[in-house]
Amino acid sequence: MLVEIRNLRIQFPTATGHSDAVHNVSLTLGQEKLGIVGESGSGKSLTARSILRLLPFNAVVTADKLEFDGIDVLRADEAALRRIRGARAGLILQDPKFSLNPVMTAGAQIAEAWRVHRGGSRKLAERAAIDLLAQVQIRDPRHVAQAYPHELSGGMGQRVMIAMMLAPGPELLIADEPTSALDATVQAEILRLIEDLVSRRGMGLILISHDLPLVSHFCDRVAVMYAGRVVEEVAAAELTHARHPYTRGLLECLPTLSHKKPRLTVMQRDPSWLEP
Amino acid sequence: MIEVDRLSVRFGRTEAVKFVSFSVERGESFGLVGESGSGKSTVLRALSGLNPDWTGRMSVDGQSLTPRRSKDFYRRVQMVFQDPYGSLHPRQTVDRLLSEPLLVHGMDNVERRIMRGLNEVALPASMRFRYPHQLSGGQRQRVAIARALMAEPQVLLLDEPTSALDVSVQAEVLNLLSDLQQAHHLTYILVSHNLAVVAHLCARIGVMQAGELVELLSADDLRAGRTRHPHTAALRELSIELEEPETTEGNSA
Repeated sequence: MLVEIRNLRIQFPTATGHSDAVHNVSLTLGQEKLGIVGESGSGKSLTARSILRLLPFNAVVTADKLEFDGIDVLRADEAALRRIRGARAGLILQDPKFSLNPVMTAGAQIAEAWRVHRGGSRKLAERAAIDLLAQVQIRDPRHVAQAYPHELSGGMGQRVMIAMMLAPGPELLIADEPTSALDATVQAEILRLIEDLVSRRGMGLILISHDLPLVSHFCDRVAVMYAGRVVEEVAAAELTHARHPYTRGLLECLPTLSHKKPRLTVMQRDPSWLEP
Repeated sequence: MIEVDRLSVRFGRTEAVKFVSFSVERGESFGLVGESGSGKSTVLRALSGLNPDWTGRMSVDGQSLTPRRSKDFYRRVQMVFQDPYGSLHPRQTVDRLLSEPLLVHGMDNVERRIMRGLNEVALPASMRFRYPHQLSGGQRQRVAIARALMAEPQVLLLDEPTSALDVSVQAEVLNLLSDLQQAHHLTYILVSHNLAVVAHLCARIGVMQAGELVELLSADDLRAGRTRHPHTAALRELSIELEEPETTEGNSA
């Protein structure tokens, strides 16, 4: 197993005690594509980031098991974590505008990621950067390598991010809302690209999103999170048969082009969803 | 209610909007869709008076629009933006945010209007003295909508009002927008890249590509696939493909 999480709990201290941000979450991931879907604050990002131990400093994390490829992430020292972060597990964030270094060219940033993790000469890294840009289907990789982030569109910027994450040749890719800042056409292109690269390189993928139907097209399995819990885990192809009312609610509240709805269904939240 | 005739906007050498014409009836919702950079928001900004640099003719309620607008125009036409956190002053309470348009336009009964405004967007009175950072994304967008309604406008310009929200909250806000439109006979122009959202709220839709309005069609025609321009057809196909969950039977992505 690439990732094994058993009974993960993430708490934050509050004025009156502790609040549970993630509660009793168990997930496993092999060389497959897992979607984590839920609303803002449902704990989906925290869960995924706990694998890299990239959590706010005041987070209290406990788990029966939190392993990346057999390495106990909770007890690993910083040196061991550095050998995972970026090198073996890459993280793609929502908005390339904020994740890319504004004063470095796209090519230089990718080359840096390559050299930090793989070593080699500057020349070699530069060539690798251009090759990676071509792999993320940028038509004119030499030209884009010279460009600064502000000269790139949102979709291009996200391709550069992906190229940078692929540079060290990771086994796991965590994509945290990678396309929420992009419009529908580019969104589909980027997700197809990620799916294609992950399949071709035999990597594991965790795709985090709040758009359930969208995720189902690019994942094998979907874990639906609500208020820090995984309320349902279904095969992507079985999503239409999902049983949990929250999952159904997420599907039904979307306006669709194919069916006209005079009024959108608003989710009725049931307190019993919070019971274990 | 709104007439836009051969509107063009240039930024330096870039023609962001090229000869766009459409009209919107009173009480109607008109949608503008297109990809990023297609010029849909630029049309909205020129109409709202945020960008004085345009050519062509525009009128609202029979009055021709000039680059400089009267105070009354800014009362009758209000705008709601994509990111409610960016459009609400972080150091002002909800109470202050909502009373500002009333002060600017010299309206009376501030107390009653604020309470009614909160009530209309289904926010509890306890939210009145909170700051934007103490609200959720959906609550913030409700405050932004309440603020736009404070001055009793006739036209609401909505620039991607739900793209920053969760799908469950998006449903609530879209329902709220249709209720408010009926209650106040508002005229809407909604800009979005999400075809399903636009078709849900608007009966007529304009499709933009590279600054041009390439097709005007009804939401029903869009749903049924009666499109004339290839760009409209492409946008529609993608939207339909991705909105249905993947099924065992198949059309794999």
